[in-house]
Amino acid sequence: MAAPVTAPGKRAAGRRRRLTEHLTAYGFLCGALVIFGLFAWYPVVRNVILSFQEVNFVRGSSWVGLDNFTYIFDDPLFATAWKNSAVFTLYALLLGFGVPFVAAVLINEFRHARAYFRILVYLPVMLPPVVVALMWRWFYQPEGGLINEILGAAHLPTSDWTNSSSTALISLVIASTWANMGTATLIYLAALQTIPGELYESAELDGASIWRRLWHVTIPQTRFVILMLLLLQIVGTMQVFTEPFVMTGGGPEDSTVTVMLLVYRYAFVYNNFGAASAMSLLLLIFLAVFSAAYLRVTRSRQI
Amino acid sequence: MTPIAYRRTRRCLATAAVLAVTVTACSSDDDGGGDDGRVQLHINGQPPSTDTRELRVFNAEIEAFEATHPDIDIVPHEGFMEPETFNTRVAGGDLEDVFYVYFTDPAQIIEQGYAADITDYLADVPHLDQVRPELQEVFQDAEGRQYGVPTANYSMGLLYNRDLFEQAGLDPNAPPTSWEEVREASAAIAELGGGVTGYGECAIENTGGWHLTSEIYSTGGAVAEPDGDSWRAAFNTDATRTLLANLQAMRWEDDSMGSDQMRSCEDLMVAMGAGQLGMYVAAPDNLPTLVRQYDGTYENLGLAPIPEGQGTLIGGEGYMINAGASPEQIEAALTWLQWRFVNPDEIERRIEESLADDLPVGLPMPPTPDIWVEGEIRDNVEALKQEHANVPVENVQPFMDSAATIPGRIEPPRAQEVYAILDNVMQGVLTDGDADIDALLDDAEDQVNRIYGS
Repeated sequence: MAAPVTAPGKRAAGRRRRLTEHLTAYGFLCGALVIFGLFAWYPVVRNVILSFQEVNFVRGSSWVGLDNFTYIFDDPLFATAWKNSAVFTLYALLLGFGVPFVAAVLINEFRHARAYFRILVYLPVMLPPVVVALMWRWFYQPEGGLINEILGAAHLPTSDWTNSSSTALISLVIASTWANMGTATLIYLAALQTIPGELYESAELDGASIWRRLWHVTIPQTRFVILMLLLLQIVGTMQVFTEPFVMTGGGPEDSTVTVMLLVYRYAFVYNNFGAASAMSLLLLIFLAVFSAAYLRVTRSRQI
Repeated sequence: MTPIAYRRTRRCLATAAVLAVTVTACSSDDDGGGDDGRVQLHINGQPPSTDTRELRVFNAEIEAFEATHPDIDIVPHEGFMEPETFNTRVAGGDLEDVFYVYFTDPAQIIEQGYAADITDYLADVPHLDQVRPELQEVFQDAEGRQYGVPTANYSMGLLYNRDLFEQAGLDPNAPPTSWEEVREASAAIAELGGGVTGYGECAIENTGGWHLTSEIYSTGGAVAEPDGDSWRAAFNTDATRTLLANLQAMRWEDDSMGSDQMRSCEDLMVAMGAGQLGMYVAAPDNLPTLVRQYDGTYENLGLAPIPEGQGTLIGGEGYMINAGASPEQIEAALTWLQWRFVNPDEIERRIEESLADDLPVGLPMPPTPDIWVEGEIRDNVEALKQEHANVPVENVQPFMDSAATIPGRIEPPRAQEVYAILDNVMQGVLTDGDADIDALLDDAEDQVNRIYGS
């Protein structure tokens, strides 16, 4: 049987309708493109350009090849800042990755007051980061600070916290974890609540202990969320700035100078925007390569 | 009009409006000429609205200036030097025509070409040649061309709490004159207990390096010295080692400095105002801040010359003129700056207004800044200051008497970078009882030489 012939007028009307629909979509896309272009991609491109220039906002910038990179590589703080950022990230993963997961599992187990605990865990996220950093600066004061007062009252040994180069970095990690764990906890909690209850029931019927249930049900079922949060956390913590900037200024003895703090110093203390851009570019490349490799590895394991 | 036509028209109008706003926002009137033919001058340095008294004085000054200079229109902007926004404002063309700087800023601003060369405009500016030459040098390049006007300066001294001195059995009229005496006084004050510490240092955000520089100068030392066309570190000396060993002993042997050492200078002011700190190194401008913001009183605060007194760090503030300013704006800017800050004819009026506003008079700071060379103007200002003082001048007299005899030294080249490195030395001594002073200084010396060599 021959196919019915569509009237030309009807076809044209259909095309117009599709075009109108697409135009609306492109219109919405345009807004996103302009915003991303202006506030994300253009700054990235500009940063790449600046990193090869001696920047002058009046006379105009001049190309200096790799001079800015030579300058930052020669800076003794270059290695210190990368090492500190990496150690901060490592500590932040140990603390900031495990604690929210455990908190989420615990809250998920509660029969009552689950909403109350959710709010309690999320509350610090709502505080401005600078306020958190200032508050923890007071908590950490060796004399009269909240933590040492509590430790002293409990007859436990006190610490110099941010006043010692050996404990300053971990002190910042604790403060940062406290401030940021709420978001991760809520995401884990949401993921936990998508696990079908039957899986736990079956596991219980098979006599699985709580650890076995965690290992064989909870973790595999939340694996994608865990992997994604891990990536976001590494990318986020490698760029740590507020805590060292507000709480220690990078000290004592450069023990908390991070990559972003060094970028800040290059740009706003030494007025060397070329060096700041070069350092930012290195961080961008490092995180981009890391993220790509991470996604590749995790994706290949999923197959 | 059909609904579709209406929507189209509305869309066109909205687009046109957005474009018009954008174009208007992007355009600017850069020639400095106002609609009324007056030269328009954007200046910063306006106190924040929370500081009502200072703001009232500032606005009154602008009003008085415009009344006597009807051809100049001053447009004030709040704020002073903010490193975080300075460069972006330069890049965006938003930097004021006349902008405030600290003495640490001009060298780099001149090098970067952000300020106008005003040398050829200075001949007709009255009284400017009566400003101390070492302050003018801060605003000059290697060829001696001038790029700004110094308006106030300070030198570092030893600020102390007279009550705590008395309570500790020390004579508040005989403050320490050497670092060894500072150590003894600090130990005595810390004995009072109740969280009181004898001596404090700021150690973060480059202030540790800044303070250490003052203290190195106090022993007659230098932080940097010329090395051909460049500079090299000059602080790795026995005198600096002795200075740091004394500080280390105060912190760890005597335990007279407390255990929180990662402090900013503001933290020290809070402690001083609260009567919890005996002494710290500071400039006279800390006094009014302590009284206004931190509950200190002029009666309880004393300012002594820097211990040892072989030299002291001088710093200060001034104004520079935007490199993009027109010749008319530069002339107008110099007229304003001279009238406002380098004007012996207006000092008496300003003193009286300060007295009426209950602002301090009698300190080496505005309205009687210590910027004048020896001579008639300086003598007159000093006489007026003494006559109208509303703060107990005797508490700062030792500092003022020594000002003429202790040589003032300006900050080292690339001061902020050097201070960041010296912060580490200060932090090392104050946060680590076993810190190796030699190693700290050797390391800092290498880093400073690298900066000067780069």
